[in-house]
Amino acid sequence: MDLNELVSTSGEWLRGSGPESDIVISSRIRLARNLAEFPFISRATQQDRTEIENTLRDRVLEVQESGELEYVNVNDLKVIDRQFLVERQLISREHAESEGARGVAIARNEQVSLMINEEDHLRIQVMHSGLDLQSAWEQIDQIDSLLAQKVNFAYHPKLGFLTACPTNVGTGLRVSVMLHLPALVITRQIDKVFRSLQKISLAVRGLYGEGSQAMGDFYQISNQITLGKKENDLVKQVGDIVPKLIEYERKARDFLVRESHENLHDKVARAYGILRTAQTISSEETMHLLSSVRMGVNLGLIEDLQIPLLNELFIHTQPAHLQKLRGVELDTADRNIERARYLRRHLNKSNGDEAN
Amino acid sequence: MKCQQCNKTATFHITELTKGKPQELHLCEEHARQYLTQEEEPAVAPSLAGVLAQQLAVGQTAEELAKLDQRACPVCGITFYEFRNQGRLGCPYDYVCFQAELDPLIVNIHGETEHVGKKSARFPEGTEKRTQLIRLRREMKEAIDDEDYELASKLRDDIRKIEESPPHKKK
Ligand SMILES: [Zn+2]
Ligand SMILES: [Zn+2]
Repeated sequence: MDLNELVSTSGEWLRGSGPESDIVISSRIRLARNLAEFPFISRATQQDRTEIENTLRDRVLEVQESGELEYVNVNDLKVIDRQFLVERQLISREHAESEGARGVAIARNEQVSLMINEEDHLRIQVMHSGLDLQSAWEQIDQIDSLLAQKVNFAYHPKLGFLTACPTNVGTGLRVSVMLHLPALVITRQIDKVFRSLQKISLAVRGLYGEGSQAMGDFYQISNQITLGKKENDLVKQVGDIVPKLIEYERKARDFLVRESHENLHDKVARAYGILRTAQTISSEETMHLLSSVRMGVNLGLIEDLQIPLLNELFIHTQPAHLQKLRGVELDTADRNIERARYLRRHLNKSNGDEAN
Repeated sequence: MKCQQCNKTATFHITELTKGKPQELHLCEEHARQYLTQEEEPAVAPSLAGVLAQQLAVGQTAEELAKLDQRACPVCGITFYEFRNQGRLGCPYDYVCFQAELDPLIVNIHGETEHVGKKSARFPEGTEKRTQLIRLRREMKEAIDDEDYELASKLRDDIRKIEESPPHKKK
């Protein structure tokens, strides 16, 4: 697959369409599976890894339901290309950073990716833009069932699908929804929300930016438990909570518009101003400011910007994307300059000003 | 109330329920953010190890523990100590041979002991045969490392026999 073809687009998870997409960024489902005739990754020899990769690659590429798939040998990729796939959410950080034979089959539309030799032999992922868990589940269920006819997945009559870590045993299912919750952060209600989610054993995590920095008010909600519940119930458990979170976020936004309009408008306008004029800017600050601007656009406080462009900026200002767009590798300082230049060019172009 | 990690006022009060028993955290906004935005897949190994350690400490002498640590899976060769340390199992058969230790851990994590979701499309007897393959391949590699080529070639024949046996019928 020519990764350069993907660079200029924004990928599935930031496509910015689908139901409730002003708040719900993406819906993602993954299944963990292992081949019964090989040891798990921690005990696999290089030869095992190669055989696992060969077996799964050939079978995976036969499954038409995934869409048109391309196989990427992750072990052969340059570091920057691995990071690019992580930013794209097509492979995990762990997959990018591990060693030995491994790869990923990616659907052209980026909705499906199948990681081989991650923590488990196979991690199937289906990601849809917006709130769309049910159809994501139906798609992954179908892919899994077709694969199960071609290979022997490790399975125990009582424990279900066996995984390298007992935290995934049973269904091997992780259901997650990525949400943009800036107003809950500003109004300091997000702690309450997190507490209530943890009580019903849902996990909340921030979205990773560069290094260990959180990325602009994006939070991922997912199930903790994988055993003793049906897949549909796990999907429903996460799916049912999302409308409530959307409602809280909308209420918080209404509150800000009503009670603190000047402050909110000021915050949004300043964020927009910095992004349009900065000469050097970190990835973290960019995410933070883009988050404010994104909310401003959704609330009608900024009228000359469209959400798709903003989503594109979120992804294109990530380190690997930035370098691939520029066509050269850059150190942190040069990246910060290039990022500021990129932002000025795109944000000023949209309302007709000349970039500089 | 002060933040547990600095002197600012704690505005976030988080109950962490995922690591064994409930744990109260009181943090300022900055540290709460830091805490809540930890690694995407949280480092499962340490917490898993913690739960395990708690469990094993109950009703076992140090001697019994040391003995348990040395127990190895006959299929993949992983010792219980290695599993405890890295939080990752070595092969599907570990769920059988370490069942007594894993059962309470699994209840602790999931609150349940039985899978009720999607079933495997294959006969379970297939899995047993596949498990033998893991052991035979490992033994063959060890035989080659020991330069015992006679044993290695015998093992290779055994492996072929299983690999070439007809694919498992579906239910
Ligand atoms: Zn603090
Ligand atoms: Zn084993």
